[in-house]
Amino acid sequence: MNELRDLYQQVILDHNKSPRNFHKLDLANRKVEGYNPLCGDHYTIYLILEDGVIKDISFEGSGCAISKASASIMSSMLKGKTVGEAEEIFERFRAIVTGQVDAEEHLIELGKLAAFSNVCDFPARVKCATLAWHTMHAAIEGKNDAKVSTE
Amino acid sequence: MSVAQGKIKPKIADGLPSSFDVEKIRGDFPILHRQVRGQRLVYLDNAATTQKPRCVIDTIEKYYTSQNSNIHRGVHYLSELATKLYEESRKKIKRFLNAAKAHEIIFVRGTTEGINLVAQSYGRKNLTAGDEIIISAMEHHSNIVPWQLLCEQIGAVLRVVPMNDHGELLLDEYEKLFTDRTKFVSIVYLSNALGTINPVKRIIAGAHERNIPVLIDGAQAVSHLSVDVRDLDCDFYVFSGHKFFGPTGIGVLYGKEKFLDAMPPYQGGGDMIKSVTFEKTTFNDLPYKFEAGTPNVAGGIGLGAAVDYICQIGLKSIVAYERELLRYATNAFASISDLRIIGTAKEKASVLSFVMKSVHPHDIGTILDRHGIAIRTGHHCAQPVMKRFGITATARASFALYNTIEEIDALIEGINSVHKVFGS
Repeated sequence: MNELRDLYQQVILDHNKSPRNFHKLDLANRKVEGYNPLCGDHYTIYLILEDGVIKDISFEGSGCAISKASASIMSSMLKGKTVGEAEEIFERFRAIVTGQVDAEEHLIELGKLAAFSNVCDFPARVKCATLAWHTMHAAIEGKNDAKVSTE
Repeated sequence: MSVAQGKIKPKIADGLPSSFDVEKIRGDFPILHRQVRGQRLVYLDNAATTQKPRCVIDTIEKYYTSQNSNIHRGVHYLSELATKLYEESRKKIKRFLNAAKAHEIIFVRGTTEGINLVAQSYGRKNLTAGDEIIISAMEHHSNIVPWQLLCEQIGAVLRVVPMNDHGELLLDEYEKLFTDRTKFVSIVYLSNALGTINPVKRIIAGAHERNIPVLIDGAQAVSHLSVDVRDLDCDFYVFSGHKFFGPTGIGVLYGKEKFLDAMPPYQGGGDMIKSVTFEKTTFNDLPYKFEAGTPNVAGGIGLGAAVDYICQIGLKSIVAYERELLRYATNAFASISDLRIIGTAKEKASVLSFVMKSVHPHDIGTILDRHGIAIRTGHHCAQPVMKRFGITATARASFALYNTIEEIDALIEGINSVHKVFGS
């Protein structure tokens, strides 16, 4: 059951049970919904984006443990980051969960994201891990009030 | 006993017909003996597709090794042999469903194609703007979308029979839906998402009182209930071969001769014609009018072998055995805290859909998968059903004749480990 422990690591279970930044952002100037119709994962990402910096970020919604933990960790990591930094982290995250990058070599930069390093062994769950990130990306690109789907 | 410890020995639970030899049956299905994730496979996803007995696999292999040819057209030996085998399968299915005539059995790709055929062929010819089609709130998308497409094309209207919180259709409401514009009824026999067995005989009688034809979606029912189309008196009945221990890509549309005769062709091409000129083409008789092009010959013959296999065991004893499995599983689930069964109709078969309070179905499915247990998670192509119960997805275990009490015990153990992982 090592593989299971590797997917449902303590970090993920913790962020699923007590998601960070899990609320509406009243002063948000970016808001995008993300949806996986295959399983019903559904999140709204809120951003306060000013001068190219993510001043604040939060999310609402529901879904599986992988998707919720991913949204929670994403929100912690991206607060205060520039748009450029956020996009870089997004690319790195995508590379990890699709198995293009060996997480072991990047553990320090990855921080908490390393918890998702085994998602690539669970292909059916990759979309769960990336939903919040794709939604955030759409928000940064200015697709305000859009609805992003994994399909 | 732990699944990981090796071979699962079946145990005769109370109330089981002792003549049902599930160990022997399991021996007939090669895939059941493979390992998944280093564990013995516990296959509980039969509502999605069923596994195949060796005799079906061998039939298809033999067909391609020594019998393959295109059918209906050739005068050489192999062509006549392939034609004979294919038409023999049609007759087997006619006997299996107790249809009146073999030409009332149309081979299609599956349930979905069968329903689309009726919607387009019968529907376009006989319905018009303002007419009404009755379906139910527990349908699979394949018995919703073809009717929606038809309604869009001709301006007809869909009316939906509601269900209660147990997942039982409200028959009083069904009666109230009939108006003088109602022209067709299409209802599922056994719900893939809830396991509900609908009282289709009564539903058909209600429609027939008003001279309205009925299609029954038998995709799940065909392998878990005895079906006699003349006893039901349904006007159309559809099922898929792959849900009946047969190959994928083959299915059956049964239709009463009087309806099929009057319906225009669904697809045009070879074999469904009598003669073709550029001025005028005449169409073939039943069943060929609805079987354009080279069919899935191997699939049809393989499906015949599946019918033989199941008939040799006897659906009656299969139904009794599965009832015990479902009863055992339902009782076991009742004592798991924070687990809620979705679909608690009095009359049910095979399917056990459930949700857990603090764990998403996807996570349940992944954890069970790592124990070698195959269940399905998601909306099961029944999004309206999910919405009705206020959820987006369920975890679903679905049983067939080769499952055992021990496998259900393994499922329970797997759910306990879900609790462990999530600390719930």
